[in-house]
Amino acid sequence: MSRIIRKFTTRVPKWRPHVVPVDLETATEEQRTALSETPSNTKISDYVLVLAHDPEALSARTPLFNGIMYDAGGLSRAERELGAVAASFVNRCIYCAAVHASRYNQITKDETVMQKVFLDGEAADLDARSKAILEFGVRLSQCPPQVGQADIEALRALGLDDQEILDLTLATALFGWANRLMHTLGEPVDDR
Amino acid sequence: MISHVLERTAGVPETGALAKVLKLRARLMDLTQASHDAALLPRVPGGLSLPERAVLAARMARICGDAALAAHYTELAGNAGDLLAVAEPGVGSEERRLAALLAYTDKVTLRPKDAVPEDIEMLRDAGLAEGDIVRLAGLVAFVNYQLRVANVLRAMGKSA
Repeated sequence: MSRIIRKFTTRVPKWRPHVVPVDLETATEEQRTALSETPSNTKISDYVLVLAHDPEALSARTPLFNGIMYDAGGLSRAERELGAVAASFVNRCIYCAAVHASRYNQITKDETVMQKVFLDGEAADLDARSKAILEFGVRLSQCPPQVGQADIEALRALGLDDQEILDLTLATALFGWANRLMHTLGEPVDDR
Repeated sequence: MISHVLERTAGVPETGALAKVLKLRARLMDLTQASHDAALLPRVPGGLSLPERAVLAARMARICGDAALAAHYTELAGNAGDLLAVAEPGVGSEERRLAALLAYTDKVTLRPKDAVPEDIEMLRDAGLAEGDIVRLAGLVAFVNYQLRVANVLRAMGKSA
C-alpha cells in the first residue's frame, strides 16, 4: 500500500489519479495529437493521460505551459520556478511543489532557498529579490488575488522590469491552474 | 483592436509599456485565448454544457471580485434561464448535479489546498462521467489562471 505524501519535499513523488486516465492504445486521433507535446518534454504520464479526456483544452494548454516556463527572454528560468513554487505552496500542491522546487535546485545549485520556503513559507529568510518574488507569488495565489499597484512598485524597486513582472505573473498564475488540476484530480504517493 | 478576452477585460492599452511587454509574449496570449475558447466555447462540450460553463465562470469571477470578467462570462451565458441564478456566489441548487458542480467550483476556487479525493467521488456520484470531471476541473483551473493574470495586468496598467 503506497503512502500519501502530505508534507512538502523536493523528492518527487508518484502521482496517483482519482480519474481513470485515457488508454493510449484506444486514444482517438485528436487525443494522440494533443499528447504529442508534453509539459517540460517529459514522458506521457498518467497526469497528461487524465487531461487527454479533453484534448481540445490539452492541445492549447501544453504549448502554453512550455512557453510560460521556457520561452526565451524576460524572467530567469529559476525565478519562474520560484513563482511556480509560491503558488504550489499556497495551494498545497505537494506534487507540483516537489517537481518545481527540484527544478529550481537543479538550476541554482542551491538547496537552501527551497528548504527555507518549505519550512517558513512567505516568511522565509531569502535575499531581497527572491523574497519579493515569493511574496508576490503568495499574494497573487490568494483567493481573491491580492496584487495591487503597491506590489508592482515593490518588485520594480528591487530591479524587476515589466517584462519580468509579466513573466512572473504568468508562471505563478499558470500554477494556480496546474495546482487546481494536480491537487484535485489525483494525489502524490510514495511508491517505494 | 484587442481581440483577446483577457487583455480587453483587463483594460490593457493598445500602446505603451504594458502593450510592449505583452508583445514579446503574443504567442502565449494567443494560447491563453485558445484555452479560454476550449474551456468556455469548446467544439465538443461533452456533458458540461456551454451555459453551465459560462455561469460557473461568472461565479468564479464574482468570487474574485472581477466585475469585467464576470460581465464577459455572464454575456457568454446569454439566455441560460434559471441557470443564471447560480452565477451569483452563495446561491445554491436543489438539483443534485448542479449542486455538485457548484460545490466543486467554490471549493477549488476558494480553497484548493483543501481538495480531497471525496470531491471527485462527489462529482461521480452526481452522475458526471470521467471526461466531464476533467472538463469541469479544466474549466475551474483555467478561469482561476485568467483571473490572476487580469488582476496583475490591471495593476500594471495603473502604475505604468
